[in-house]
Amino acid sequence: MSMKEAVAAFVHDGATVSIEGFTHLVPTAAGHEIIRQGRKDLTVVRMTADIVVDQMIAAGCVSRLVSSFVGNSSAGSLGELRRRIERADPAPLAFEEYSHYGMVCRYLAGSQRLPFYPLRSYGGSDLPSVNSDLRKVTSPYPGPDGQQEQIYVVPPVNPDVTIVHAQRADRRGNTQIWGLTGIQAEAVYAADRAIVVVEEVVEDEVVRSDPNRTLVPSHAVDAVVVCPRGAHPSFAQGYYDRDNAFYRAWSHISKDPERLREWLAEWVYGTADHAEYVDKLGEDFWAGLAVGEALSEPVNYGRRL
Amino acid sequence: MTTTAPEAVTSSELLSVVASRELASRRTVFAGIGLPTLATELAHLTVAPQIEVVYESGVCGAHPSHLPETIADAVLISGAEAVLSMPALFGCVLQGGHIDVGFLGAAQIDRWGNLNTSVIGDWESPTVRLPGSGGAVEVMANSHEVFVVMRRHNPRSFTGTLDFCTTPGPDRAIAEGIRPLGAGVTRVITELGILARSGVGEELRLVAVHPGVTVDQVREATGWDLRIADSVATVPPPTEAELRLLREDVDPGRVYLR
Repeated sequence: MSMKEAVAAFVHDGATVSIEGFTHLVPTAAGHEIIRQGRKDLTVVRMTADIVVDQMIAAGCVSRLVSSFVGNSSAGSLGELRRRIERADPAPLAFEEYSHYGMVCRYLAGSQRLPFYPLRSYGGSDLPSVNSDLRKVTSPYPGPDGQQEQIYVVPPVNPDVTIVHAQRADRRGNTQIWGLTGIQAEAVYAADRAIVVVEEVVEDEVVRSDPNRTLVPSHAVDAVVVCPRGAHPSFAQGYYDRDNAFYRAWSHISKDPERLREWLAEWVYGTADHAEYVDKLGEDFWAGLAVGEALSEPVNYGRRL
Repeated sequence: MTTTAPEAVTSSELLSVVASRELASRRTVFAGIGLPTLATELAHLTVAPQIEVVYESGVCGAHPSHLPETIADAVLISGAEAVLSMPALFGCVLQGGHIDVGFLGAAQIDRWGNLNTSVIGDWESPTVRLPGSGGAVEVMANSHEVFVVMRRHNPRSFTGTLDFCTTPGPDRAIAEGIRPLGAGVTRVITELGILARSGVGEELRLVAVHPGVTVDQVREATGWDLRIADSVATVPPPTEAELRLLREDVDPGRVYLR
């Protein structure tokens, strides 16, 4: 399926969309296609709301954000997000604030269709005062000292659609990820529908030669989209490196609403699809993000004689 | 013996060296990028060769070929001893109690070591929206100890009342009937000196100042009535050996050393 078709089919106005990838394998190209198609009123669920979320907010796609870290990685601020939250400029943004493990537990509950998930966080924090979904319950079991124990719980999240980026999949959608694997698998299982964007589709035998590397089996995948370099400015381990210079540049671009609009006009609305965006950056640029080989040793799965 | 004056020690160098010394005898450290990277790498070369750094991205036992630029830098993954999923990292490693020392930063800290990384001003309509918790709530609740490194020591950051408590220490948690695993913040390392507390029920106290810094200076830079230890030590300045390791081995490209 093409990115255009996948987004048109599964990302509807008003939907809850999870976009995951912890700094690694951020589905940027998918975010850009959502912007091109002009989706509105989305609830975006993403642990580390970063550049692509800032761009989607700036493009008017997002009315609600559910997140545990809203920053431009270690490279500064998200200008549009800050304007929206600090000054409701040009419009307010509803924001649900969690901690990282709070978000992880929401995906765990969602993926397992549990009513809640307990965690040893939030005791004494002001976060429950601004997020009524952080609730305290009494454990039905005594604590280690025999006493009654209080513990916070978070509700499940069940996105309408989860989008993740991965290194490779087979044609049926058995998806392999290596390096940082984050929360992608749980986010896919928590969703009604899942789009997996991959650097390449490989022969079935390639996947089946290393089944432990399959993070998302095909039964959880609704669409496989081939989109090389679709995680830029983030990276795909073994395929291309992170564009650290762009992360630093984004803090300056997004600080100025005019410059941000110009950037979107040139790089998102001004490109028909991600292949055009990749071409526009040019081969010299991509050569600068090229990585060398560091192959894993083969493992022996064995076969019955 | 060299007779030329050593290059002036920068605040990054000072904070990294002091933090690295505090890591002696620790085994597992949960650290971010920047000053904690410098401190843990230096500790690895000096007082804590056995140290294992765990990153929020899931990397354990990294052996990077280059200095990492983020906690998710590709150079941390190639050659690492383990890369864990988020449920394993936060659920098993942190909540399971495997971290000796967590490193945290903050926009605001109070006398009990509670931290604010969410907002300056009111949460609903903040003056400044900060990045938020990330994993800090979990690092605080589950690490045995937490070290805070703050470049700026002033009354706005060291405040009597947090604008918002993102990351509570154990005192606040216990007041709510929740029993966290760790002792909370035990060390705060700043450009002026070191504040310390041993755990639950104790306020941070000034235990050491850097050479040339007076106790009164620290008191004035702190936004609450700061307790002072019976005898305030002077932090031994970075040695030539520590500075050489930092400058030549840990961060020769001056990525974090400023």
